[in-house]
Amino acid sequence: MSTHFLTVERLKKVFPATSGVANLPVFDDINFHIDKGEFVCIIGHSGCGKTTILNVLAGLDEASAGEAFMDGREVRGPSLDRGVVFQSHALMPWMSVLGNVAFAVKSRWPDWSKDKIAEHCTTYLEMVGLGHAIHKKPAELSGGMKQRVGIARAFAIQPKMLLLDEPFGALDALTRGTIQDELLKIVQATHQTVFMITHDVDEAILLADKILLMSNGPHAKIAEIVEITMPRSRTRAEIHHDPQYYRIRNHLVDFLVNRSKTYAGADAEMFHDAKNPPVVRPGLEGELAPVLPLKQAVNH
Amino acid sequence: MGSKLTLKAAFISLMMLAIFLGAWQLATQPKESVVQAGADSEYAAMMGKGKEQSGFPTPGMVGKSFVTYLSDPFYDKGPNDKGIGIQIAYSLGRVAIGFLLAVAIALPIGFMIGMSPLLYKAFDPFIQVLKPISPLAWMPLALYSLKDSDISGIFVIFICSIWPMLINTAFGVSSVRRDWINVARTLEVNPLRKAFLVILPAAAPTILTGMRISMGIAWLVIVAAEMLVGGTGIGYFVWNEWNNLALPNVIFAVAMIGVVGMFLDLFFGWLQKLVTYRE
Repeated sequence: MSTHFLTVERLKKVFPATSGVANLPVFDDINFHIDKGEFVCIIGHSGCGKTTILNVLAGLDEASAGEAFMDGREVRGPSLDRGVVFQSHALMPWMSVLGNVAFAVKSRWPDWSKDKIAEHCTTYLEMVGLGHAIHKKPAELSGGMKQRVGIARAFAIQPKMLLLDEPFGALDALTRGTIQDELLKIVQATHQTVFMITHDVDEAILLADKILLMSNGPHAKIAEIVEITMPRSRTRAEIHHDPQYYRIRNHLVDFLVNRSKTYAGADAEMFHDAKNPPVVRPGLEGELAPVLPLKQAVNH
Repeated sequence: MGSKLTLKAAFISLMMLAIFLGAWQLATQPKESVVQAGADSEYAAMMGKGKEQSGFPTPGMVGKSFVTYLSDPFYDKGPNDKGIGIQIAYSLGRVAIGFLLAVAIALPIGFMIGMSPLLYKAFDPFIQVLKPISPLAWMPLALYSLKDSDISGIFVIFICSIWPMLINTAFGVSSVRRDWINVARTLEVNPLRKAFLVILPAAAPTILTGMRISMGIAWLVIVAAEMLVGGTGIGYFVWNEWNNLALPNVIFAVAMIGVVGMFLDLFFGWLQKLVTYRE
C-alpha cells in the first residue's frame, strides 16, 4: 500500500442502462492520490464525472469498480471524517444559521453541552465573517453568505478531509473573490486537506497545490496532473504578477479548449498511462517553450 | 394600500349580503291574492287562496332562530332538545377522535412508504382502490362489526381522513430534497434524529396540507354520518329539525356548519403557516 493520505485506484463508474442499451462508463481507470494538507482541484468539462468522483469519496455514491482509501481505510459510505460543501449550499431552511452548524456539531460530538456547541459554532461562523448573522434564517442571507455557512458547517466538524463540489459556482465574481480569499486563509491556517471541483481556472490556480485535469467522457481519464509551483503564500491580489501564473493558466486553458476532447482518442492512449498520469509543472517551463506535445510533457 | 383593499372588499361583501337577503325577502314575502267579492274568506283559505305563504322561511324567521339558539347555546333538555353548542361539540368531538386516530396511523405509515420506494409501490394499489370509496359506504360494515353507532361515526371520520394524510405524508417524505438527506448522511446522523430533525420538518408543509384536506373532508362527512346514525351532533340536529319541518332551524344549522368548517380550515391554515419555511 502507498503511504498517501488518500489513494484512488482504478475508479470506474457506469450508470445503469436506461432503455436496454448498456451505457458507456463515464470515467474509468481513475488513479490519483492526495497527501495530508494538500489542496487538490479537479477541472474538466461537464459530464466527465467530477461530481461522481467527489460523491464516491464522500461515500454518497458507489463506484462501479475500483476503490478509494483514506488514512489506510477503504472509503465505504459517508463519514464524519469527510466534510462536504455542496454546490447548492444545502442548508436546512427551517433552522437558523447557528442551528444548521449546530446540527452538524451535535452529530460529531453528541455529548457536548448546548453552550459548548453554540460556542464552537460561533467560532467557526465568525471565521467566515458571519458572527453578526447567526440567528438569521438561510432565506434571509445572500447566496454568498449561505455558501459561507456551508463552509463553516463543513469546517466545524473538523473533518480529516474536506470535499467541495463547485462551492462558488453560483456566486457572482466579486463575492466569489472574497470567499476564495477567506477559504485560502482558513486552509492555510488549518492545513486542511481539500479536494475541490471547480470550473474556474483562476480559482484553481489560486487555491490548489495540484490540479487534476480530466478529459471528456465517456471513458474520461485523469489526463494530467498540474503542479502549481508558485509559493503557497499567494494572494488573489498579487498572484497575477507572478510570471508563472500565465504559463500555468495558458496550459490549463489550452487543455480545456483543445486537448480535453481528443484525450480519450487512440492516439493519446498509446502514450497515456492511466495508472500514473503525467505530472507537469508548466509554471517552471521557459517562457518561450510552447505547450509541449503529450509525449514530451510526460515528466518522470 | 392593503388595508384600503380590505376595506373595499368588505364593503362589496356587505353589499352582496344585502342584495342576497333582499332577494330572499322578496321571494318569500307573503302575497295578497285577489279575493273574489262575496266569497267566503274561510273557503278561500281552504282553496289555498287568500293570504299566500310560500312555505320557505323569510330571513326574519331564520334570524329569529339565530337569536333563539345563539342566546342559549348550551342548554340540555333531554335527548331531542339540546343547544346548538352542545350539538356542535358532539360533532367536533367525533371529528377530533377520528381525525387523531387517522393521524396516528397515517403519519407513521406514510413516513414508512415515503422512505421506501418498494413499500410505496406495494401499498399503492390498495390506496388507489380504497381512496375513492365514499366513507359512508363503510357505514353498514362499521355498524355491523362495531355494533355501536357512535363508534361507527368515528370510524367513518377515521377512514375518510386517513387517505389525504397518508398520500401527502408519503409524497412529502419521498420528495425531501436529496441535498438535505445527503447532509444528514455525511454527518452520520442516526435514523431517528434524521427522521425528526430533517425529514419531518422538510415534509411538514406537505403533511399539513394533507391534514387540512382531511379535516375539510371529515367535516363534510360528519354531517352526513350523524344524519344516518342519529342521537347527537349537528348532522342529527339538521335531520331532527327537518323532521319537525322547522326550516328556519335547518337554515340556521346549515350556516353554523359553514362557520365551524371555516374556523377549522383557518386553524389548519395557521398551523400550515407555522411549519412552512422559505427557501
